[in-house]
Amino acid sequence: MNTEILSVGLTFLVTILPAIPLGRYISKVYKGEKTLLDPVLNPLDKLIFKSTGLDANREMNWKQHLYALLTVNMVWFFVAMFLLMNQGWLPLNPDSNPSMSPHLAFNTAISFLVNCNLQHYSGETGMSYLSQILFVTFLQFVSAATGLAAAAMVFNALKERTTEKLGNFYNNFVKSLTRILLPVSIVVALILAFNGTPMNFQGKDQFISVQGDTVNVSRGPAAAMIAIKHVGTNGGGYFGVNSSHPLENPNYLTNVTEIIAQMIIPLAMVFAIGFYLKRKKLSWMIFGVMTLGFLMLVIPTIYSEIQGNPQIQQMGVDQRAGAMEGKETHIGAAASAYWSIATTVISTGSVNSMHDSSMPISGMMQLLAMMTNAFYGGVGVGILNFYVFIIIAVFISGLMVGRTPEFMGKKIEAREIKIAMIVALFHPFLILVGTALSAYGITNLKDIAWLNNPGFHGFSEMLYEFTSSAANNGSGFEGLGDNTPWWNISTGIVLILGRFIPIIGPLAIAGLLATKKSIPESAGTLKTDTTTFGVMIFAVIFIITALSFFPALTLGPIAEYFSIY
Amino acid sequence: MKQHILTALRLTAICIVIFCVAYPALIWAVAQAAPGQGKGETILKNGKVIGYEKIGQSFTEDRYFNSRPSAVSYNAAGSGGSNKGASNPDYLKEVQARIDTFLVHNPDVKIEQIPVELITASGSGLDPHLSPKGAKIQIGRIAKIRNIRIEKLVQLVDQHTDKPIMGPDVVHILKLNLALDELK
Repeated sequence: MNTEILSVGLTFLVTILPAIPLGRYISKVYKGEKTLLDPVLNPLDKLIFKSTGLDANREMNWKQHLYALLTVNMVWFFVAMFLLMNQGWLPLNPDSNPSMSPHLAFNTAISFLVNCNLQHYSGETGMSYLSQILFVTFLQFVSAATGLAAAAMVFNALKERTTEKLGNFYNNFVKSLTRILLPVSIVVALILAFNGTPMNFQGKDQFISVQGDTVNVSRGPAAAMIAIKHVGTNGGGYFGVNSSHPLENPNYLTNVTEIIAQMIIPLAMVFAIGFYLKRKKLSWMIFGVMTLGFLMLVIPTIYSEIQGNPQIQQMGVDQRAGAMEGKETHIGAAASAYWSIATTVISTGSVNSMHDSSMPISGMMQLLAMMTNAFYGGVGVGILNFYVFIIIAVFISGLMVGRTPEFMGKKIEAREIKIAMIVALFHPFLILVGTALSAYGITNLKDIAWLNNPGFHGFSEMLYEFTSSAANNGSGFEGLGDNTPWWNISTGIVLILGRFIPIIGPLAIAGLLATKKSIPESAGTLKTDTTTFGVMIFAVIFIITALSFFPALTLGPIAEYFSIY
Repeated sequence: MKQHILTALRLTAICIVIFCVAYPALIWAVAQAAPGQGKGETILKNGKVIGYEKIGQSFTEDRYFNSRPSAVSYNAAGSGGSNKGASNPDYLKEVQARIDTFLVHNPDVKIEQIPVELITASGSGLDPHLSPKGAKIQIGRIAKIRNIRIEKLVQLVDQHTDKPIMGPDVVHILKLNLALDELK
């Protein structure tokens, strides 16, 4: 067990170290400076801009950025709906999987569009190879690039100058794709392919096992998709059980690779902002707050998974391996626990163990990770969520010490703070209202049988589904029978709101601030790159999350905890 | 508006060419050099495929090292865990029943020796591994049925134990059982 914990610690370090140079590289990409990959990628970018007739140098204001972003997303939605509802007869479907029902297609299209990948279907039986490539892989690339392009605009707006012109959305979008997501994905995909993840176009294979059973094995073009699934913090599995599947995550090395792949860009974005604005201290402050939050979530989770289930302990077996229900032997309890928090703080939502079978404390930490949704966070959007908390913290601490609230030389006024508050409060609103409606349904309508577990844990299943949707995470307490019109449509709506409000809000705030007069730093300025201010942000995040979610958590995981210990 | 939509359509088209044709084709081409040529590594016996390296299969007979319980009965055309919560009373009864069954089949084993993975289902339902403890605890039963000395079986399990630098030690059940069948 000690070696397992050491392995997890080592994994964390190995993730952080390359994030710093990658952050420097990302900042260069968005600034348009020279990078190592230019000779290969310049022609590719040129080809894209030429064939689309785009002018990469045309400067846009924040509204134009938003307009471009929303339009292109709308186009993808219709393409996706068409594909999913017709995959049954379209080519590249060797396993003859059926087309999706309209409500399942609606939910699936949206959940991939918004970088969530909630997956109310199962990959082996619910998707053709064409959909896995043209729908899943495609949206996993472009939805991640959408988030990155939005973050790049905010970076630009944070520069200390007064302007409306904040770069070009398409330029940021294309560069995020070709210069950040594509190179990292190729590396990850090849590591996976050489460790046993399939990348083929033949359908199921059949063999007779040692005991004489006839076994069919699902395969397909998995390696390419699983790479971008993590690099773009999408999280939608190729196979039904995601990275628990031995073909999707064949060994401990691929497990570490997939953890690094999903954490590295969100971490690098934290450092990128420092390089971009030449304020490294700001990066370290953000990194410190996020890491503190991450550790506070991950340590109790690892502890409770290693301890195992007290009810099984009472039966008298050897539980030194930890809580193994829903976990793979070759990954083990510690690395599964670590992954479960990595994937929930960062809005990936891929799983390498079944979260539904986690211990109550771990389940609560997974929920809290998505409820805060700002410790590292998804590609691009993580830093945007954190930006909202910075604005609120600047305002509150400004009031506390009697200074004008300023961030990066710009005055924060009523309009910005209103937007920030709406974004921050909309998240608990979506989660709690959705869960409350479902809980009403389950108690008052007799013929509903969504839940796989009775009692407090059943409540947690519903709470988790809406938390995961609102945070655009995509993991689930998968026991929940979620392929029904209610879950498909309600979470579909929550997904759209949970994606675009936290993008529109920060873009608007940054756009508005950028047009304001830049005030030079003076003795009266509240310093925002100090430890004190870091503590302040942490307190703001903690208070908002604790106040909004504590009652719901009490009904779910906390009550379950006291029922089994 | 029309201009924006046209731009979006053209951008979508070129992205499809790069990310849905060129990128998968590149990975597919390189994967031809990977073990199993990207089709999944297989394990052969007498020239016939007897299993996939990564996919666990169901071993329930007493003369083999048994695999872990599976929520999907090792159906590799699907996958799934039980998704049972730690407090679920039906689930806890099921676990108790697995312990009782195991003790019936392995009368020499004491309850506190049973490693937890033998009575819990994996997340994928396709776990190809056991811990070394999980394999060794079954040796007594197999030795009796097959009339093989215990030391020989201990040696066999040790030979088939993978000790990676990072992560837990594991035994590949299929390879172990194939070697067991070879043992005279």
